[in-house]
Amino acid sequence: MSDGVRHLYVHLPFCAHRCGYCDFVTLVGRREGHGAYVDALLAELELEGRALADSVETVFVGGGTPTFTTPAELARLLAALPSAQEVTVEANPETVTSELAALLRSAGVTRVSLGAQSFQPELLAVLERQAGPDAVRGAFYHLRDAGFDNISLDLIYGIPGQSAAHLDLDLAEAIALGPEHLSCYELEAKPGTRFTFAHGGELVRQAEAMEGYFELVVERLVRAGYRWYETANFCRPGRQARHNLGYWLGEDYLGVGIGAVSTVGGLRWRNRPSLGGYLAALAEGRPPPREEEPLEPEVASRERLMLGLRLDEPVPLSRVEGAVDGAALARMERLGLAERRGGGLVLTPRGRFLGGGVTAELMAESPAKSTI
Amino acid sequence: MASLESIRNFSIVAHIDHGKSTLADRVLEVTQTLSRREMREQVLDSMDLERERGITIKAQAVRVLWRGYQLNLIDTPGHVDFTYEVSRALQACEGALLVVDAAQGMEAQTLANAYLATENNLEIVPVVNKIDLPQADPDATAAEVAQLVGESPDRVVRISAKTGQGIEEVLDAVVERIPPPEGDPDAPPRALVFDSSYDQYRGVVAFVRMVDGRFSTRQRMRAMAAGTRFEAEELGFFSPDRSPTPTLEAGEVGYVVTGLKDVSRLRVGDTLTAQEQPAAEPLPGYKDVKPTVFAGLFPTESDDYPNLRDALEKLKLNDASLFYEPETSQALGFGFRCGFLGLLHMEIVRERLEREFDLDLLVTAPNVAYRVLTKAGEQLEVHNPADMPREVELVEEPYIRTTTIVPKDFVGTVMELNNERRGRFHHMEYLSEDRVLLAYDLPLAEIVYDYYDQLKSRTKGYASFDYDVIGFEPGDLVRLDVLLAGDPVDALSLIVHRDGAYARGRALVDRLREEIPRQMFDVPIQAAIGSRIVARETIKAKRKDVLAKCYGGDITRKRKLLERQKKGKKRMKQVGSVEVPQEAFLAVLNLDGDRK
Repeated sequence: MSDGVRHLYVHLPFCAHRCGYCDFVTLVGRREGHGAYVDALLAELELEGRALADSVETVFVGGGTPTFTTPAELARLLAALPSAQEVTVEANPETVTSELAALLRSAGVTRVSLGAQSFQPELLAVLERQAGPDAVRGAFYHLRDAGFDNISLDLIYGIPGQSAAHLDLDLAEAIALGPEHLSCYELEAKPGTRFTFAHGGELVRQAEAMEGYFELVVERLVRAGYRWYETANFCRPGRQARHNLGYWLGEDYLGVGIGAVSTVGGLRWRNRPSLGGYLAALAEGRPPPREEEPLEPEVASRERLMLGLRLDEPVPLSRVEGAVDGAALARMERLGLAERRGGGLVLTPRGRFLGGGVTAELMAESPAKSTI
Repeated sequence: MASLESIRNFSIVAHIDHGKSTLADRVLEVTQTLSRREMREQVLDSMDLERERGITIKAQAVRVLWRGYQLNLIDTPGHVDFTYEVSRALQACEGALLVVDAAQGMEAQTLANAYLATENNLEIVPVVNKIDLPQADPDATAAEVAQLVGESPDRVVRISAKTGQGIEEVLDAVVERIPPPEGDPDAPPRALVFDSSYDQYRGVVAFVRMVDGRFSTRQRMRAMAAGTRFEAEELGFFSPDRSPTPTLEAGEVGYVVTGLKDVSRLRVGDTLTAQEQPAAEPLPGYKDVKPTVFAGLFPTESDDYPNLRDALEKLKLNDASLFYEPETSQALGFGFRCGFLGLLHMEIVRERLEREFDLDLLVTAPNVAYRVLTKAGEQLEVHNPADMPREVELVEEPYIRTTTIVPKDFVGTVMELNNERRGRFHHMEYLSEDRVLLAYDLPLAEIVYDYYDQLKSRTKGYASFDYDVIGFEPGDLVRLDVLLAGDPVDALSLIVHRDGAYARGRALVDRLREEIPRQMFDVPIQAAIGSRIVARETIKAKRKDVLAKCYGGDITRKRKLLERQKKGKKRMKQVGSVEVPQEAFLAVLNLDGDRK
């Protein structure tokens, strides 16, 4: 948009511990380095901030574990960020004290995304999470007490050893807390992680049993009054994650911090994940090392299709021109997996359970092939 | 120029791996046709495929000199599919070395070859090879072979082609025992074409055995069966490379460079004569070879269709017995329906296409040619099950008379196999105390499906097998269709005997269920005869297929993931609404090969 980028992502990579299944850009410990990193973040924001709109709509502080950052540095960072209608901070339950909740609240944070993952101690142990179920509940109440009326819980399903009954209990616990928003992810055992090394076999054995978990999650949450507004996200009316909604609607965003990605005006770039290079460059006022990826209009159009089909509202056909394989669309319509509605394209509920495959079908092939 | 008296023409026949090619190499070396330095393993088998599989596909002829005699060694293919080529090659000879492995003893093809040589009135020189092996039993083997050919055991030449021991004795035996060729040097010329090859610069090269008269360079020739006329651009012999010579004389073996650009104009078995003062009668035995086995060949990448067409054209230049015509399949796209002399021929063509032309192919289940009388009274010849009308008055299938020779302990085994395959007993005779000949009439279709493998494994390799097509007979045959989500898969249709239809249908359906990945909807798999379903399975629909997370940081990666997924789908074959991976077709088409 010509009047500037309305979404800002800030990456805080520090964690107390790297969980076995995690493949994000994270750094363990290094408390003494937090100040230098915040300096660098603010320097990058200074460099790139001119791309931002006068009025920023959303800020998202993600990690890592943003709330593991030392309180003074976290406060300094939050104070320096542009104000926005929605300011979200990700938090791990064990880091959320009443003091921290108050700090976030007074720093202008409007929304907290709490990484609960599960309420079953043995499953949390499998995930190598540091918080037990009580810490999850405790964190939630600290946030409520501090005045947060927009809290999201992350849950993970498909954990090795997790039965359907376990999942049902987790969902019931989560619903009982009454968060405004829930993100439910199937555990991805990424190749090469030590988690997959340890649990891959078990997951293969359980694959058939776990096939119905996604349906169970949707069914329980929808019955509890949540809207299944995105493939993996559920909310009380009007409580979508507006920052993430920006991604799914194909809007531009600026990301700062190591490993952060920005997409602005047809160009995408990703900062390199190395901390040393990042700090060194910004200490000299230079942009950090990054990889650039120009987005051709047809690629951007395919991305809007891929992202838009994750939502429960139609993606306008005018936004995805040239990206839709017409023959595949006819086939998907015939199979009752996709439908055209009000000048837009949307997956049916069954289509959404098969969203990956259906979207792959619907995507027109990259024209790059014809250059061979 | 050699007189008939100083010429010997002979072949080496042997069971596979009994050392035929090594012996041929040794002959070249001992006669100093090639120095040791020039030798490479199995010189005569020039195609990679031949060397690798240890079989000879195209016959070759090489001339060597030994103690003042001209010896022509004519190499022969060793497999039943090429019986016709073998018999042409043997017809060009007066004798054969029958080579038997001293460690293995006589085996199936030893017998088949010995009988074939006897039928062609050849003088057989029995040779026991590999006498250097520790497990060799030369005496016992020699006794066996001697009995087979009716010779005394001390006339069996004992050699080791590997070490070179006994090679000179073999050559002396060729000179002493094999009669010189008969023919009339002064009669109008007649030469038997026993093989041909194609040279991209010089056209068809015919391998010939001069019977009567002589040919000279620039001779104007005529092929008597085909009527083809041409002028010989070059005459010569192999030693083992081409050696041009001004004339080919009665009794000699050599080649004729014809300049013809189409192998079908000069077929194996034809007789060459002169255009002026031609011979009155061709040599006996010309037979038009008809393909007996058919299969569809499809490129796995549809873009490869023109390459497959070009490759078949090129192969056809060297292999006149290969037949092909375009075929379109809903499931497999554009390809060719090809006709072959037999299963090995099919496999060799397929491997040559894949190897020499770098093509990935899907080959449908082989079938035979059917004669069909439709309800409307129309006569059809059907080469493709998908073309078989569902309503027919009468279907006739080709029958063969099989000859199987086995040690007597396996008689019951072979009878059982033949009975399973709708065989009709014809007769049986004891060839010796231990060897039994069994003659059965069988539908050709029954040997097209892994009969050889079954015969070989059940008789532990001791069976020798051959067959002749004897005609067509009506059969209770049905067309078995496979349906995916209600749509017939033309490439998987089969023509089967009604009694075997249920089992075949069940096997096909089970295999498909294992091989086809789950789709976005339930996929019923059915095997049907007409409208009657004989077997059914269902592939349950996938229940979930989502990318769990997708935020600003991983849009590119997720997009690429889906693009790859889309490309993967393109590689699948779309049958109606069902995506079928190539592997599923392969698995099903190989079903019969796995039935052991």
